[in-house]
Amino acid sequence: MEDVLDVRDLRMRYGKTDVLSGVSFAARRGEVLGLLGPNGAGKTTTIEILEGFRMRSAGEVSVLGADPAHGGEAWRARTGVVLQSWRDHAKWQVRELLAHLGRYYAPYSTPSVTRPWDVDDLIETVGLTPHARKRVRNLSGGQRRRLDVAIGIVGRPELLFLDEPTAGFDPEARRDFHDVVHRLTDREKTTILLTTHDLDEAERLADRILILAGGTIIADGSADELGRAMSGQSEVRWSRDGQRFVRAADDATAFVRELFRQYGESVEDLEVHRASLEDTYMALVRQAEHGVPRRLTAVAA
Amino acid sequence: MNPTLVAARAGLSRGWIELKQTLTTPHDLIAILITTGGFLAAMIWTRHTHVPGTHFSLGTTMLVSVLGLNVVVYGVITMGDLLVTEREDGTLLRAKAVPNGMLGYLLGKVVNISGQITFAVAITLLTGAFLLTGLAIGSPGSWLTLASVLVLGLLATLPLGAMLGSLFPSQRSAGGPMLLLLAGLAAISGIFYPITHLPVFLQWTGQVFPMYWLGLGMRSALLPSAMAAVEVGHSWRHLATFGVLAAWAVAGLVLAPVVLRRMARRESGSTVAARREKAIRGI
Repeated sequence: MEDVLDVRDLRMRYGKTDVLSGVSFAARRGEVLGLLGPNGAGKTTTIEILEGFRMRSAGEVSVLGADPAHGGEAWRARTGVVLQSWRDHAKWQVRELLAHLGRYYAPYSTPSVTRPWDVDDLIETVGLTPHARKRVRNLSGGQRRRLDVAIGIVGRPELLFLDEPTAGFDPEARRDFHDVVHRLTDREKTTILLTTHDLDEAERLADRILILAGGTIIADGSADELGRAMSGQSEVRWSRDGQRFVRAADDATAFVRELFRQYGESVEDLEVHRASLEDTYMALVRQAEHGVPRRLTAVAA
Repeated sequence: MNPTLVAARAGLSRGWIELKQTLTTPHDLIAILITTGGFLAAMIWTRHTHVPGTHFSLGTTMLVSVLGLNVVVYGVITMGDLLVTEREDGTLLRAKAVPNGMLGYLLGKVVNISGQITFAVAITLLTGAFLLTGLAIGSPGSWLTLASVLVLGLLATLPLGAMLGSLFPSQRSAGGPMLLLLAGLAAISGIFYPITHLPVFLQWTGQVFPMYWLGLGMRSALLPSAMAAVEVGHSWRHLATFGVLAAWAVAGLVLAPVVLRRMARRESGSTVAARREKAIRGI
């Protein structure tokens, strides 16, 4: 099947600074990709190039089979961008705004995808039904972000871009947002590219995680695969004679076997923790910052 | 369904929705009424003063000329201000993220601003008809001329406003220079006093810009024909009015899409976020 996203050796240079120095990745239909990386690593630059909002310096980029720099309006109709609202459309009512923005997508309906999304159904999906008649400026922060998502998906996009979608969310709003994303991927088979700083969120939402550091992708795989591929990351905890022990082990299984061989039944409260995504992430980013250029690719079995 | 046509229709209804919002939001409505009311007060104050060399009320002449000034205020200032503001707050970026959204957005602005100016002209004329004497609003010819000057004036000024709105980086930086420009132009465009009393080089400068011709066009529509005597060349100069306004309109309609496209190309989520940061820190 054709890749929805195909990025090869993408480069971006501002003046004399290389922000992206050869980024390559791809996404299949229905996949959720989480793009992680430290501040200034180029996440937003990457996503804006793919959205067609920013021109690249070099490299080959194909988004839904077209170059986003020359996408055209029919291409635009198949993509969705979730933007952070601020004070725009303050006087519009929620339903009025969604109905208006939906109109532009109607000519781009296909036999398989009816565009736009039925406005009441959409409002229901993002949980804004009680607020449909409210003016945008009277929405709470969380409600506003749901509206942002609704605007991003009103055209039933095949590919959705989410740039730090839950920045500034409280835990409840974040959970609601995750539900919306799950519904979108289950029901609509939407391909999603999201950037986030929240590793827990990435682990929860993304099928595949890309870590961008030093202008290039340093890791590409599911959270599990990345954790497994980074050796020496398991943490073993146990107690013996009332004393607690914690050790990091390269090979947890061998370590535990040895532990039992030596101490047998006096070992109690045994716990083995595989590296969390956070540990993996920190280790990888630290490695990249110390100039060990390598790419960790965990290919799905 | 033709996508361009669909977007154009959506743009028209967008403009109508925005216009209703403006006219039902107390803050916006009061802003329109204060501007219009301020001018009206000045006209009523000078209603017994005569235009030099005539026995005609200066207040009435001013009221009519101010309609011309209004076209520039709405076409250039309001349009420019809306564009800067909505570029800053991300409205424009949303339009860019929607297929043919920019077309709908711009048409919406045109409808919204045309509606606002029609509203302002209506209340000015209504008040004038009751409180001032000498308005020639009885004949269909007057209304026809008024309507054509209005339409041609909007064609000449809206592209200018859109371009100015594209060039200024933020609303803060735009307000001052724009108002200064407007005040300077009004002074040499015969809005408050006949231009023939100015030094010749200022007369010429004034006649380069649309404001003078809009004032003249409005006077030709709504003042008795004898008042042409105090104008340059003792005539309403209809042909020149049409020619100058049309030239501005053509130049604007050719240049504005280029400038707008350049501006829109630079808009992205991070540019809007950066402006938000800046604005929040500035408060």
